[in-house]
Amino acid sequence: MSGLVERIKDILVPVVAVVAFFVLWDRSIDWFSVPRHLLPRPGDVLTALWNGYVGGRYWIHFFTTLKQMWYGYLIGCSVALILAAMVAEFRMVERVVQPFVVAFQSMPKVALAPLLIVWFGFGMTSKVVLVALICFFPVFINAVTGFKSASADHLRLYRAFNASRLSIFWNVKLPSAAETIFAGLQIAVVLALIGSVVGEFITARHGLGFLIQASTLSFDVATMFAAIISLSVIGVVSTTVIRLIQARVVHWAERNAAAGTATAAAP
Amino acid sequence: MTDRETHLSIDRLRVVYKTTRGTLEAIRDISLDIREREFVAVLGPSGCGKSTLLNIVSGLLPPSGGSVRMGGQEVSGPRRDVGIVFQAPTLLPWKTVLENVLVPVRTLGLPLETYRPRALDLLRLVGLEGFAQHYPRELSGGMQQRVGIARGLVHDPAVILMDEPFAALDAMTREHMSHELQELWMRERKSILFITHSIPEAVFLADRVVVLGDRPAMVREVVEVPIPRPRRIETMAAPEFAAVANHLRTLFAPVGAGVGAGATARREAAQ
Repeated sequence: MSGLVERIKDILVPVVAVVAFFVLWDRSIDWFSVPRHLLPRPGDVLTALWNGYVGGRYWIHFFTTLKQMWYGYLIGCSVALILAAMVAEFRMVERVVQPFVVAFQSMPKVALAPLLIVWFGFGMTSKVVLVALICFFPVFINAVTGFKSASADHLRLYRAFNASRLSIFWNVKLPSAAETIFAGLQIAVVLALIGSVVGEFITARHGLGFLIQASTLSFDVATMFAAIISLSVIGVVSTTVIRLIQARVVHWAERNAAAGTATAAAP
Repeated sequence: MTDRETHLSIDRLRVVYKTTRGTLEAIRDISLDIREREFVAVLGPSGCGKSTLLNIVSGLLPPSGGSVRMGGQEVSGPRRDVGIVFQAPTLLPWKTVLENVLVPVRTLGLPLETYRPRALDLLRLVGLEGFAQHYPRELSGGMQQRVGIARGLVHDPAVILMDEPFAALDAMTREHMSHELQELWMRERKSILFITHSIPEAVFLADRVVVLGDRPAMVREVVEVPIPRPRRIETMAAPEFAAVANHLRTLFAPVGAGVGAGATARREAAQ
């Protein structure tokens, strides 16, 4: 009984909070007579979203940002994983790569955005490159740490059977690193969206970041809000996608949480 | 001894480590022969180099001097006719119980169709029938170590090396596991080199107990255990069991501790 009440509260309270937020937002514009070009009414934002997506004008911006982000993310993460594997496996690669990693790691990658636009043009390519660069480091650092964290006992087990390097990597090192790698992939997916938007701020012809930037000229804050909401939808959906993939791939970590009951039930 | 030829022969084995403060002798002239289907326990205090010995015999570590021969062949690297059971179960959490048992089979490239039934059979023997598709985290420590034992046997090795396999288990599980291991050994009839620091475990399981002294490790005495098999838990209370165990205790007792009074024995039994 109380369980049901708690569950209803779990759903009801957040809904009430959000509705209250919008009502307060709307009312406070009247109470404090906020000018329309500073803060739109929730209704204005809703109208902008409706017109933008049903009218179709926003889709090109939405998909430009989405594509830039995911292309860059996939390229950056793939390169990071391959290079991390080589660094973890070959001491020589590590020696060569290390100084560059140290140099680039703490550098804010968005500072490269103007340069990348000079090199790769105003279109999507420059943003994809920027996103890839931003995504590279968290995944690379986490993957190297993960590969090196493989248990000495597991390695000894495989070496005792004369396992090949590839077999050890595939059966021991990669699964050992999986959780750490996914932590990096989670960080990178958020950074990818930031990179895409920052790139568009500088110069672009399309994209949600471009839309925000363009709206400043006409003080069209309702469109800005609509674009920001679109971005947060992309962000939430993207992190959820990565989390779902993680749950499928690193399934043994999931089982770990449920292991308590299974162990207790075992004879 | 006519039909039981020497299977594993360790001859004047030496291990010397080079450290910053000079050389450290870990193992001094250990010689030991294990006959086919013999169960030999190596007994020594913790940190006396027992695990180093096992690493050399398994071919994971080269000796500084002396040799290890198996079936007449010099051991120079990991071999496929050796099975290893580690101190910790060392199961891969991302593989099912069955896949963990099959690790040696897959790694050695043996045919799955012959060894999969054997793996399932071994799991049944160690009492884990029905757990093949479970993941290690769903198993208790004792069950995990049973999987480790099945894995050590799956590729049908001639010699099995066991590195304090029950050390991490609680006392009751430990006794039970010793009993199970004896049954398994009587069925499978492998040569076993069993490393332990538990006197009752060594006496219960072994045909011969090799007593090591520490720093550097060397053979102090080889004690025969003339207790008929199958040995049962009750055997541990038998006078011949106590005789062997007490003799082993005297070897480890500090000088002048008065072992005749049984003080050491009682103290150890209480542990």
